[in-house]
Order: sequence, then C-alpha cells, then structure tokens
Amino acid sequence: MAYTKDSTVWKNVDWWTIALYVVLVTCGWFSICGASYDYGDPDFLDFGTRAGRQLAWIGCSAGLGFVLLMLEDRLYDTYAYLLYGILLLLLFGTIFNPHEIKGSRSWIVLGPVSLQPAEFAKFATALALAKFMGEYTFTLSRYRHMLACLLLFLLPMVLIVCQKETGSALVYLSFFLVLYREGMTGSVLFAGICMVIYFIVGIRFSADLMADGCTSWGEFSVLALILLFSTLLLGTYCDNQKAVRHLLSVGGGLMLLSLLFSLYVIPFDVTVVQALVCGAMVVYLLYLFLRERLVNYLYILLFAVGSVGFFQSADYVFNEVLEPHQQIRIKVLLGMEDDPTGAGYNVNQSKIAIGSGGFWGKGFLNGTQTKLKYVPEQDTDFIFCTVGEEQGFVGASAVLLLFAVLILRLVWLAERQTTRFGRVYGYSVLSIFFFHLFVNVGMVLGITPVIGIPLPFFSYGGSSLWGFTILLFVFLRIDAGREG
Amino acid sequence: MERDYQLSKRRYVIAAAVLLVVALYILRLFALQILNDDYKKNADSNAFLRKVQYPSRGVMYDRTGKLLVYNQPAYDITVVMKEVGTLDTLDLARTLNLPIDYLRRRFRDMRDRRLNPGYSPYTNQVLLTQLSAEECGSFQEKLFKFPGFYIQRRTIRQYNYEAGAHILGDIGEVSKGDIEKDDYYQQGDFIGNLGVERSYEEYLRGEKGVEILLRDAHGRIQGHYMDGKLDKDAVPGKNLTLSLDIETQRLGERLLEGKIGSIVAIEPSTGEVLCMVSSPTYDPRIMVGRSRGKSHLRLAADPWKPLLNRAIMGAYPPGSTFKTTQGLTFLQEGIINPGTTYPCFGGFIYKGLRVGCHGHPSPLPLVPAIATSCNGYFCWGLYYMIGARSKYGSVQNAMNTWRDYMVSMGFGYPLGIDLPGEKRGMIPNASFYDKAYRGSWNGLTIISIAIGQGEVTATPLQIANLGATIANRGYFITPHVVKEIEDCPLDTLYRERRYTKVDRQYYETVVQGMRAAVLGGTCRGANLPDIEVCGKTGTAQNRGKDHSAFMGFAPMNDPKIAVAVYVENGGWGATYGVPIGKLIMEQYLKGKLSPEDEVLATDIQNRRIDYGIHER
Repeated sequence: MAYTKDSTVWKNVDWWTIALYVVLVTCGWFSICGASYDYGDPDFLDFGTRAGRQLAWIGCSAGLGFVLLMLEDRLYDTYAYLLYGILLLLLFGTIFNPHEIKGSRSWIVLGPVSLQPAEFAKFATALALAKFMGEYTFTLSRYRHMLACLLLFLLPMVLIVCQKETGSALVYLSFFLVLYREGMTGSVLFAGICMVIYFIVGIRFSADLMADGCTSWGEFSVLALILLFSTLLLGTYCDNQKAVRHLLSVGGGLMLLSLLFSLYVIPFDVTVVQALVCGAMVVYLLYLFLRERLVNYLYILLFAVGSVGFFQSADYVFNEVLEPHQQIRIKVLLGMEDDPTGAGYNVNQSKIAIGSGGFWGKGFLNGTQTKLKYVPEQDTDFIFCTVGEEQGFVGASAVLLLFAVLILRLVWLAERQTTRFGRVYGYSVLSIFFFHLFVNVGMVLGITPVIGIPLPFFSYGGSSLWGFTILLFVFLRIDAGREG
Repeated sequence: MERDYQLSKRRYVIAAAVLLVVALYILRLFALQILNDDYKKNADSNAFLRKVQYPSRGVMYDRTGKLLVYNQPAYDITVVMKEVGTLDTLDLARTLNLPIDYLRRRFRDMRDRRLNPGYSPYTNQVLLTQLSAEECGSFQEKLFKFPGFYIQRRTIRQYNYEAGAHILGDIGEVSKGDIEKDDYYQQGDFIGNLGVERSYEEYLRGEKGVEILLRDAHGRIQGHYMDGKLDKDAVPGKNLTLSLDIETQRLGERLLEGKIGSIVAIEPSTGEVLCMVSSPTYDPRIMVGRSRGKSHLRLAADPWKPLLNRAIMGAYPPGSTFKTTQGLTFLQEGIINPGTTYPCFGGFIYKGLRVGCHGHPSPLPLVPAIATSCNGYFCWGLYYMIGARSKYGSVQNAMNTWRDYMVSMGFGYPLGIDLPGEKRGMIPNASFYDKAYRGSWNGLTIISIAIGQGEVTATPLQIANLGATIANRGYFITPHVVKEIEDCPLDTLYRERRYTKVDRQYYETVVQGMRAAVLGGTCRGANLPDIEVCGKTGTAQNRGKDHSAFMGFAPMNDPKIAVAVYVENGGWGATYGVPIGKLIMEQYLKGKLSPEDEVLATDIQNRRIDYGIHER
C-alpha cells in the first residue's frame, strides 16, 4: 500500500530539478576531493578517505531519493505530525547526549555512523508546518493559528540551541519566508531585516571612526539608513513624492553638509546632526499624519522611532548588559576581534584562498591554500573556498548560478502546487536552501558572520547530504503526485 | 481568491531576493578574485610560514657551579616536496657530503606514510636531523639551488664530563605516545629520555615560540605577518643546579670500573645526593646527535645492562648494613636496652637452626655487636621481638610492627627521588609470610631478615638514606639530585624532614656502634686520620660470591656525607665496600685524595671481579 502502483510518478516528476541535484552533488564531490586531498597519490574511492566516504553517502542518497519517489505521496501528509513528534523526541534526547563532538552534543553515534538529528528535523518541521497550514480551516491572520505556526518551528529551534548548535538553529528562521509567502505582513520581515542590519552595522563599526576622528561609522551609517528606509517607506506606502523629496534633500543634504564640514573645517560628532534630522523627520511625519489623517504616516513614524530606539538599546545592551566574554564572542562573530585561531583569522584565510583562485582558478586538486590547512573546516563549512580557489571566478559563479536556478525552479514548482500543503512544503524547502546558501557562502566571502552551517550538497557529511536529499525528493514526490 | 492572487505575487519578491543575493555574491567574488590582487599575492605560494622557534633547553651545573650539560647548535634540514620541482639528488648529496644511497633512503623513509604518518608534500618535513654547523654551512651557501629546502636551527645536548650519565639522562625524539599525552610536542621534537632530563623535562624544555612569516611566490620570506603581532617568543628552559659533586662522581665511577655495583652519597642535612654511581656506566656524550640511536641500541643489547641505574633500580639484600635498623627497632620497642647481651658462640644456634657467625668475644651488648657485626645478637633480638606475644598478641602483629619501623626508615617503598624508575625494594609483612608459609611461621622461620638477608631487599639509595638517617639521628629528607631550579622553588617533598619511629637517644647508641666498627671492628679500613668516620659493613649472601657492601657517614658529629657502597660479588664488605666508601668520603670532605689513598684508588680501579659468563 505504501508504494505507488502507477508509473505516472516517473512521467510527472520534475527531471530538471533532479538534473540540477545530480550536477550539484557531483560538483560537491569533486570539491571534497580537492579539499581533503592531501597526499601524493590520490585515492578518492578508498572508504578511508573523506572523498571515498562522501561517495558512499552520495550512493546512499541516490538510493534514498529513489525510495522516496517510489513511496505514496499521501504518506507524507498522513505521517507528518508523527515524524515531527519523533524528531522532537530525538532532539530532546540528544541534549542529554554524553558524547560531545567538538563541544556539540548534536550527534547520535550508532556504531561507525554518527547522525545529526538536527539535519533531519528541518524536513520533519517543514512537513508538519505544511500539514498544519494546509488544513482547510487555517488562516494565518488568526492570532492563534499564527502562534501555532511559530511554535511549530521555534520549538525545534530552541531544542537545537540547547545542543549548543546555534548555527543549525538559526536555519529555522527561514520559515519566516514561508509565512511571508502565505500572507504574513511583509513589514515583519522588513522590520526583522532592518533590526539585523542595524545591529550588525551598528556594533560592527561602532569603534571605527571616520576620517574626522569624531564620528563613529556604525552610528552614522545606522542613522543614515533609518532616514533612507523611512523615506523609502514613505514613497511606497503614502505616495507622497513631495515629502520624499523634502526628506531626501533637506535631511540627506544636512547630513552630507555637516559631514563635509566635520571632515574639512571643524571636526565634530556628525551623529548629533543626524539625531536632530531624525527628530525633525518624526515631527514632520506627525505633521503629515495630522494633516492628511493617513494612518500609514503613523506607522512610518513608529518605524523611525522604533529603529532609533532599537539601535540605542542594542548599543546599550551590548556595552552595558552583556558580560565581557559574551561581547567578545559577538565581536569575534562579527569579525571585529582578530583572534588568530578564531573567526577573524578564518575568514581572512578563506578570502585569501578564494582571492588566489583568480578568473579561471588553479585547477582541480591544485589549490594550495585549502590543502595547507590554512582554511579551517575546509571540507565542511568552508567548502566553497575550495571551489573558489580551484575553479576560480568562473566555477564559483557557476555554482552560485546553479543554486539560484535550483531555488527559482523550486519557487516555480511550489507555485504550481494545487494544495496549500504542497506549496508550503515547497517554500519551506527552498527557503531552507536559500538560507544555507546565503549564510554559508556569505560567511566564506566575509559578508555574513561566521555561522557554522553546511552548504547543501557540497559540504562533507552524510547527515547533511541525506537531510537535503530528503527535503528535496519528498517535495519532488509531492509535486509529481499533484492533481491536475 | 483576489487576496490569494495578491499573495502569489510575493513569489517575485522571493525570487528577486534570491537573485539579489546571488548577484551580490558574484560581485563579491569578482571583487575578491579579479579586481583585488592583494589576496592573490598573499596566497601565491602559501603566504604563511609558521616557523617554530625552539627555546634553548636549560643547562645543568653541579653543586660547585661546574657546567655539566649545555647546548650546542645543530641544524635540521627540512623540505616541502611540492616546492622542490626537479631535484638533482647527486648534487644535493655532494653538497651535504653524504652518500647518495643514504640520501635516497632518507627521502624514501620521509615519504613513507607508515614511518611518517604526518607526511604531506605541502608542508615542511624533516629530512635530515642534527647536522653540525660545518655540515650545514656549505649547504646554506647553495640553498638557492635547492628550492623547497629549509634549514631549521635546533640545539643538541653536550656534556663537559664523561660521568653521571644515569643521573643526567639524555634527550631523544618524542614518541607517538609522548605526542598523544602532551600536545606541546610535535613530530621531531625532543624530550628528556632518562634521568634528570626526563624528570625535570617541563622545567628544562622551556616554551616554544612561533614566528608567522609571509612568503612571496618564490617562497622567499617577505617579513612578519601583521608586523609580528602574532609571533611568540620562545621562553628558554630553566637552568638546574644539581646536588652532585662531579669530582666525587668521577671518582666513584673510576672505582667501580670493571665491577657491577653502585655508590650513593647523600648530604644528610639536606637529602641532596652528592654522587650516584651505577656501574657499568657509559659516556653520556655518545648519546648525542645522530649517533644516539645506534649507541642506545648497543647499550640496550649489552648483557651487563649499562642503561640500568642500579642505584635506584637494583634491589639487593642489604646484608649486615641492615643490622643497624634492627638494633634501633629493638631499642625503641624495649626488646633490648643498650646493656642487654646475647650469646653468640659461632652464630645463632637454636632448635636445630643455625645462622653462622665469625669469631668474636661473647656474649655482647649492642655497641660491640654492631662493631663486630654479630649475627647472633640480631637474630636473638628479632626472635624475641616476633615471639613477644604478651606485647603484640600475635606474630602477625609483631611482624607488622617491625614492618612499620622499616618503612619509617625509608625501606619497602620508593623514597621518591627525582629520577624516573625508582624501585621499592622489599620489606615483607605478616600477610606475605602467612601466604608463603600458609599461616604457620614464627620468629625462627624468618630469622634471616634480622641480618638483611632472606626476603628483605633494598636499593643502594635506600641504604645510603639509612646512613643519612642515622647521621641525622632519626630523620631524613627525601633524597634528590636537583638542588636548585632557576627561579622556582623545589618541591616541598625535598625540603621536609621525615622522622622515623625511633627516638634520637637510640640512634646515639647505634652511632657508637658504627664508630666502634671503624675504630676496632669490621670497618677499620674506613678510618681517616682526622675525620671521625662511622660505618657498617655488609656481606650479603647470594647464590654466587657474596656481595660486598658498606654504609657509613662522616664526620660522626655534624655529618656532611652519608655513603652506601654495593659491589656485586665483591666478597667481604671490607674487601671493596669499606675502602671505596672511605675514598668517596675523603674525596668529598677534603676535595682530594691523599697520595697513599690515590694509590689505593688506582689499585681498586684496576681490580676486576670475575663475573663469569652466566646469564645476567
């Protein structure tokens, strides 16, 4: 009963995605060969080497993909909650795992194989969320439903944080993108992104002074961003182009003028002027609201005030509330502390490795930076380094484009689903891929903070490869079984 | 569905976000890989070279400040195979003045991952070790011809004297086990192997430093990464002052030439070991540099076991030197008092058991019993002690009481000297005899332990320590060979007095006995004209010829040196033990030997004991 009787699945399944999957996994395996290759005579088929083992995991994944496609698609719908429950129990169990691997308790060791339940929990959570949101009576605008959704993916997230795997836990934030697609107001997403930007920019550059020696880059940039965002919101939601012009010319002009004044005439703290400009903007918005009685003005006003408030409180919390060692951890995360064994050094090494690749790269197995172990975690989290070094700009861009094509293809597939269950699940899958791509490659390129999560299909490791394979192939099976 | 349609537009927002991120990353890649040349330059030819700075190992002085062990520069040649390109092995061999076959073998061994598990063509690998400055000099000049080759400066040990090999120890390359135990070590590092080099390894080794250097495309050093901010200077190892007196040590080794045995001398007031000779010995200078491996193999295969430090690893029957402990125990336990006499007509003869003795007046009290080394006296003492049921209740209790006395005097357990491998010797207790004799034993069964025979064994160090304890009249300080560690205090173990279970007053009696032995007893040969020497001979029975032993100290009041001599199969204690003990004390106390004693020393040096070719 569990297997599909008809062969329509082979006709309906999206071969393009499977082809992309095969290409990516193949590229990934070659990268691992390059990254783990160390000694004179390469023997990639030997199970003793990382490359050989990865090949075994890939073989298992192919089998896994085949089995998943053969299973009845109703199965995923039916057992979604059960799977979710089992994975939650596993996650809870691993918190008390006595085996620590590199300070993390997230591994379950079964003989020679170590598994990370966190990698599979993503799949179970996506399925459960799809099932819940796919219920006929579900409406996201209902407070209780929204709360239940949040609970569904925040629960595993908390459990994973308890395993000291903060990186893997952050992946669950990608479900917000799914909620956004399903109707969550975009301002939540926007506000969230703004908060992250304020925090990172503000803290990261707070100690860097501009050329005048008085103004902090961080504070200046954040205040300028607040003005910019508010103006953009004004243009989008209130359609008041005159106000936009006023704000941009007067506010931006004032900032620029005072900056130039500070740089060339008398150095002073430009942020004082910026704070005044922001204050003036708030008053102006209040005036507009009172005059035109349009509630959107009030929201933008709240956004501006909230932004300033958040930035100031983040600054305060960071400097006054956090313990020094916590501050250092965040600073290292943001690459501010150049700890030779910590994050700053790694990212620097990784940039050197990529930068040395040039346009065409050094060629397969000819990378030196990754081999010399300058780059840490070179075949797991920093695998993209090897791609950049050995395949150069051409290869690395091609890999990024392949990922883009895969994710866009998944968007297209998700949109053609006839059930909300299928669509939500599809968006979950692509959001997870997107988040991994965004954070992992960004980290290697020195853009995002160093958060240890794998690059799908590339990073060494059976658990992550199987996790991503399951995510993808279950969606392909659901897609192949769609009605109409 | 109007609203749904609105929502499905959000797909474009999401797709745009994906494209935006990917575009941003491609731009970033463009900036890193094509626009910016810095990274490429940085990375060309590996950029960083982590160069370990080896600290100089601490040196060692003797107690008079003479330099014993110091460092001498040596050079390792390392190679990064990936940078080598085409190599003219013949030219290299000629430059290094080495046979080409040897060089080829070194390359092969280096590449063999079974022999060198850390091999990688991308990292620095050790090709040749411990070259002298001359050997390396000519190579240095032609280094430009051999890309990928590097010279690493190291130091090797050098010794000023041929003596003291067992105490000084040597250094050798770390083993796999060492690396696993302590992550300070890396393949190719050196670690103390024996003696003080081993036991004070953590003080001597110092702390490695590191230089992070930048290299250009041709492997040339461009300077320090981040102006050396991340570099770490090496911290030199601590210098040690040993308690040895090297001249006494040399005399001791001279005297034991051609004999198997051991001499240990201790300064009683401090527990400092003044000399520790174990014979046969070897010249520490053969354990240096590239010849070490060969020398070590040869010494390890030698049937006379020259690597064994018999002074702390050899457990011998202490023989009559042990009688002093018995006298002390019987006095303290009230079995005897200084006036108690026991008969001895040719030995201890009782219930069919006979422990022989030599001719001397009888009966005797304790002092002349020690002086004449009367077997009968101490056998009777032990017999009465073990049989004192009214006092101890059972032979077991009596036996364990006896054992406690011996242990308090430093027997039966390692003393805790600061050298590796110390043995504990043997002091039997009641359960040992219960097991051996199935519970059926009494004072007579075990009588031979009273005269330091039978089950009792001790290391020469323990016997010397007994001498120090008697010299101190009732306490000792754990013997040690390191007197001072530069800038560090000694372990408190080596500063604290350890009292025995016997009161000072009883020690005075035993001292009288030992003094009488020198003046008119078995140790007359130990007498020095102007120093009051106290001594006790020992003649330990043995399957072959008797072992010759001596334990003594001088001067009697305010003792400066306690000494134990043990010569395997040397016969009577007076034959070897006494004269050697005397010469050692004279050398240490006077700084030199009198002319007639110099003749005696040469005579003893030239004497050989025939050990035969029996299994050792």
